[in-house]
Amino acid sequence: MGRTIITNAIRFLLLVFIQVFLLKNITFYNLATPYFYILFILLLPFEIPNVLLFALSFIIGLTVDAFYDTPGLHAAACVVLALVRILFINITVQKEGFDNEPEPTLSIMGLRWFFAYASILTLAHHFFLLNLEVFRLSEIQYTLSSVILSSVFTVFLMLLSGFIFFKRKERK
Amino acid sequence: MRNLLAFITKYNAFFLFLIFEVSALLIYIKYNSFQKATFINSQNQVTGSMFAQVSELKSYLHLKDVNDSLAAENAKLRGMVKSSFYVDTAEKHKVVDTVYKQQYTYVVARVINNSTNQSNNYITINRGSRDGIGKDMGVISGDGVVGMIAAVSDHYSVIKSLLHSKSQFSAMLSKDKSVGSFLWGTDLNPHKGLLSLQNDAKPVMGETVITSGYSLFPTGIPFGKITNLHAKEGGLLLNVEVGLSVDFAKLQYVYVVVNKYAPEQTGVEAVETK
Repeated sequence: MGRTIITNAIRFLLLVFIQVFLLKNITFYNLATPYFYILFILLLPFEIPNVLLFALSFIIGLTVDAFYDTPGLHAAACVVLALVRILFINITVQKEGFDNEPEPTLSIMGLRWFFAYASILTLAHHFFLLNLEVFRLSEIQYTLSSVILSSVFTVFLMLLSGFIFFKRKERK
Repeated sequence: MRNLLAFITKYNAFFLFLIFEVSALLIYIKYNSFQKATFINSQNQVTGSMFAQVSELKSYLHLKDVNDSLAAENAKLRGMVKSSFYVDTAEKHKVVDTVYKQQYTYVVARVINNSTNQSNNYITINRGSRDGIGKDMGVISGDGVVGMIAAVSDHYSVIKSLLHSKSQFSAMLSKDKSVGSFLWGTDLNPHKGLLSLQNDAKPVMGETVITSGYSLFPTGIPFGKITNLHAKEGGLLLNVEVGLSVDFAKLQYVYVVVNKYAPEQTGVEAVETK
């Protein structure tokens, strides 16, 4: 329990740091911008209570907002992400009986499940975030292409980090 | 009552979602008009000092570029100094000159946070109200117009960059002198701006677009050069595309323009519009 808290606290700080000081400066053709910090919400343990999940999503959203000068924008998107996470895990995990596994990481859950999990959640988050930021229907084509390309970028980074921190022992 | 509680606990995810989502959106809507933003942005003490430290580190990597641009600016300024002009008349006498009074002073500041890839970009600098900076002052760099001060704290201020969907500045053509308004282009390109002119203006390709002197800036600060004469067809106004002279991604030092007579000007204008 204590170990989980420490791991997640370190992950929080590290991801926010990477997001606001490194990834904030990276963009491809003004279309693909990675929002890699949402990995923190994705990797919270399965048995986390809903209250805590929403509160943590809200807090990491506000933290990133403070550095992006957009109070509330990332927080709103992260809360949507938390809801999608609950729905997705309800649908896929209980049925297949993975419930005793601690964390939804790549090394525990396998590539196929993690890829689906990461892509759907990232798409939901980016769709909500970018549409709320632009908030104009006339630019929907531009926004949608930006959502898709940014999601590809973010998911790529997530898979990359998943393979870097791959623990071979835990996989059976 | 028990049924209600059971219902709420069964679908607690949804109710929690509602609570957090509504509070996030409230914050977003309430603080989105930047004036009210006081606490959750990059001018507060914590984020401000963190950005300051990281930018301290990064500034070493740009030393060469900064030196080059400063040298170029020095050379330009040296060309304007009186001693570099050849005086035509042989007769010389000293005049106590009272015609010129200092109207604009400049506060130099370092950029500690900057973004160019959002649809509304802000720049944070390491000077605030203690250094005489106030809201709505203009900001320039050695290359041209950068933006306008949006919020000030004691030690930091936030600039609404030219790359902001709501930025609008008064601009004019350098030869034709016809005045228009300058906006950021519609396609989020950090190197392109859009100038709207009256239809009788005659812009030329490559002509420099400069500040008009009507508002925050002294006359003649460049925005950029015209790159496309027919950027957006249709509409009442003539829209020309301007390649911005400032490279926002590489911005290191900026000057905040303090206009001594700005309060007087806005005061008079407020009386007139009443």
